[in-house]
Amino acid sequence: MNRELKRVSMVVLLMFVALLASTTIVQVFQADSLSADARNTRTLYDSYSIERGPILVAGEPIAQSMPADDEYKFQRTYSNGPLYAPVTGFIPLNGAPTGLEHALNSELSGTSDAQFFDKMNALITGQSPKGASVEATIDPVAQQAAWDALGDLTGSVVVTEPATGRVLAMVSKPSYDPNLLTVHDDQQVTDSYQALLNDESDPLIDRSINALNPPGSVFKLVVVTAALESGKFTPESTFPNPATYQLPGSSSIVINSGGGTCGGGDTVTIATALKQSCNIPLAELGLQLGDDAIRATAEKFGFNSDYSIPLDVSQSVYPTVLDDAQTALSAFGQTDVRATAMQMAMVSAAIANGGVLMAPNLVDKVTAPDLSPIQVFEPQTRERVMSAETAATLTQMMVNGVQDGAASNARIDGVDVAGKTGTAENAEDEPYTLWFTGFAPAADPKYAITVLVEDGGGMGQTGYGNLLAAPIAKQVLEAVLNK
Amino acid sequence: MPASSNRSTTTDAPARPPRVRRLHLPQKLRNLELFLLLIACGINAASVVLVQLGALGRIDTTLVLLGAGLSVMVLGMHVVLRFVAREADPFILPIATLLNGLGIAMIYRIDLANQETGLSSASVRQTIWSALAIGCAIAVLLIIRNHRVLFRYTYIAGFVGVALLLLPLVPGLGREVSGARVWIGIGSFATFQPGEIAKIALAVFFAGYLVRNRDSLSMVGKKFLWMRFPRLRDLGPILVVWALSMSVIIFQRDLGTALLYFGLFLVMLYLATGRLSWVLLGMSLFLGGALVASQTLDYVNGRFQNWLDALNPDVYTADGGSYQLVQGLFGLAKGGLVGTGLGQGRPEITPVPQSDYIIASLGEELGLAGIFAILALYLLLVARGFRIGFAGNDDFGKLLGVGLSFVIALQCFIVIGGVTRVIPLTGLTTPFLAAGGSSLVANWIIVALLLRLSDTVRNQPRLVV
Repeated sequence: MNRELKRVSMVVLLMFVALLASTTIVQVFQADSLSADARNTRTLYDSYSIERGPILVAGEPIAQSMPADDEYKFQRTYSNGPLYAPVTGFIPLNGAPTGLEHALNSELSGTSDAQFFDKMNALITGQSPKGASVEATIDPVAQQAAWDALGDLTGSVVVTEPATGRVLAMVSKPSYDPNLLTVHDDQQVTDSYQALLNDESDPLIDRSINALNPPGSVFKLVVVTAALESGKFTPESTFPNPATYQLPGSSSIVINSGGGTCGGGDTVTIATALKQSCNIPLAELGLQLGDDAIRATAEKFGFNSDYSIPLDVSQSVYPTVLDDAQTALSAFGQTDVRATAMQMAMVSAAIANGGVLMAPNLVDKVTAPDLSPIQVFEPQTRERVMSAETAATLTQMMVNGVQDGAASNARIDGVDVAGKTGTAENAEDEPYTLWFTGFAPAADPKYAITVLVEDGGGMGQTGYGNLLAAPIAKQVLEAVLNK
Repeated sequence: MPASSNRSTTTDAPARPPRVRRLHLPQKLRNLELFLLLIACGINAASVVLVQLGALGRIDTTLVLLGAGLSVMVLGMHVVLRFVAREADPFILPIATLLNGLGIAMIYRIDLANQETGLSSASVRQTIWSALAIGCAIAVLLIIRNHRVLFRYTYIAGFVGVALLLLPLVPGLGREVSGARVWIGIGSFATFQPGEIAKIALAVFFAGYLVRNRDSLSMVGKKFLWMRFPRLRDLGPILVVWALSMSVIIFQRDLGTALLYFGLFLVMLYLATGRLSWVLLGMSLFLGGALVASQTLDYVNGRFQNWLDALNPDVYTADGGSYQLVQGLFGLAKGGLVGTGLGQGRPEITPVPQSDYIIASLGEELGLAGIFAILALYLLLVARGFRIGFAGNDDFGKLLGVGLSFVIALQCFIVIGGVTRVIPLTGLTTPFLAAGGSSLVANWIIVALLLRLSDTVRNQPRLVV
């Protein structure tokens, strides 16, 4: 009987080997794909039940996890939610997180590679794991001022620090309350999210980094930068000054925003054209420069590229294929040129920083629960866009524009503000997009600001940049300069 | 007895009665058992404490006391062994204790998650059942002093086994739980799975029957290819067992139990006759039956679907679909290599996490490392049982010991293999671990029988050549 017994023993051994193999396959090799399965509620509960790190602004939490007495163990709460929604985003009960909650999810949840040893340590010591805290660069004064100044208009205000690229304010309106999306009730979250999604004012879109608008006249800063950097033009270079201008190879005509010529005289300088924000001289300049030169400069500023702050910023566009008529239109930010508010803030910041563009950045540092730094975001130079001389020349022209030019409503007594307004046409009957971009104080720029007002500021095609956007910039700059 | 006659011929000194001499010998095996038992009880207590720390964040004395109940009972059983089976295998009792205790800790952990306390909680009931089961085991040890007594009751055991199996089909007595009609109950209370006890009775019957009839089953028959196939008239027993298994599948809707009994019978048949032809014949009979059942019976067909295509959204959401299976896989995946730690996973998400799916619950909180340890314990337990088969002298004892151990091994394979998708999932309890009184009683009786058999094996006189 023992021969048979040996064989049966082998069979039993094989059965157990099969079990060892199957458990290994499930628990090791398939573990990742099973954890990633959308039906796996354990993964969802986990993302809630670790004590997620807070998001801080000036030391105060704008997002934090409070102990909750249910299966999720923690409730994510946002203080002053609508104000900071573009910064924090939200981590919904049943979907993917957005904003910083998304961009720094692994750090906030304590699962980043840098936190591996903390995690192991917590496992061994039996402590419940904690996520790292994220300190945002936002200046609460600037953020609040921008929120107040924008009022009920649809749009965005972005304030950055030109020398470092730190984002001091990032407001988008209309906004939403992220707290609605973190309640521990599946149905309620779904309902709230659907309501926000169906809202025609698109509150979920962050207009500071994810809304693309024609930049209009604020794009003239890019074209003039290209002109001055080419060495072929100076601010005093002159162009013919007609009241109407027929686009080459097209029956369309271009007019200046005022309707007449750009100041008096048969010719007009670049300085005057920029100060008065005239379209015809810029169209002529654009044609002489050619679209390749304009595109090269635009790309130095960040157009046609993806970058993150670490939130992903939508790609601003200077089209790759343009005929002469389109090149002329693109020179004052029309045709298919598109920009985010963040992109225009980078244009101003580069001019303000002596021609050096710093990479915009929303996070100062990430700190472990034991207060040891995990990651410190040092200012990073993105690119030198123009020479210091060009930057100084442009600054002077922008100061003139605010002093007694087309951007006069941004004037502040006792402070030199450099600025440029824009009033961009959308489709034929649609409301304009209104812009202001600039910085202050002009001699030693501390703040670069960009104001974007969508939907014509409620005035259809009658509003313009200096009327609606410039005063908002003025109000924000006053608040931050006087603080 | 040639061994003793060899050495005692010329001495004049009065031979000491062997019994007196033995009293002075230190009971090495029992001392080893005691040592291992204390470790097992220590681990059990530690796991309950860890569960409390993990799930409650504090230590609660109530279940520590209840946990001590298991320790007291097994130590009592150990003392009984010192008197009635002093040469019994020292590993079997500690392994069973450890598995039983781990099971209670995990069941308690799920009670905590479901906020159940007192007599309605599964952990308290499991502890009481454990005490009862160990009581039964002690009784078996005390009553059956020689396993060959069971040989006399071969046919009665067979009758009892079949009767127990069919009991749930009796109207008014049988209960249906999640589709399977394998329970009996009086009123709404005291449900019991007689099939668990039946497996012992059937093992006794198979062993006795095969020892009596193996000559006719193995010697005669026609040779075909390289194997000797049995005569038609000798096919009776295998056909009867096959029919019994099929009726379990059809009427009790319980694939696992049928597979368990048939597998047990086949292995014992093979051991007794040494004929592979029996195994092939039996396997093709069972596979044929299962194939027909999977085509005709919805629930069997569903099981196969769930097994082959578990993650398919349609199968997942279907009524009686793979939801439970997939949730168990999610739990196991969550556990990973080292697990979440006791009390810190979410095993309660999976349906029936304390009975059919206790292995997934343990895998979630103890990880692959824990599962490997548990499988090693089972393998060791089964190996100790097989030792009886290798070392034993009487064929009935050998067959019974191996049969009882194999039934534990096969049951583990059917349940754990079902949970981890080696085979289609069928409802069976994981021996010692899963919540369920009948299963505990049956498995502890098996422990008692294995202890008794191992004691006999060591005590039996040996030929010295």
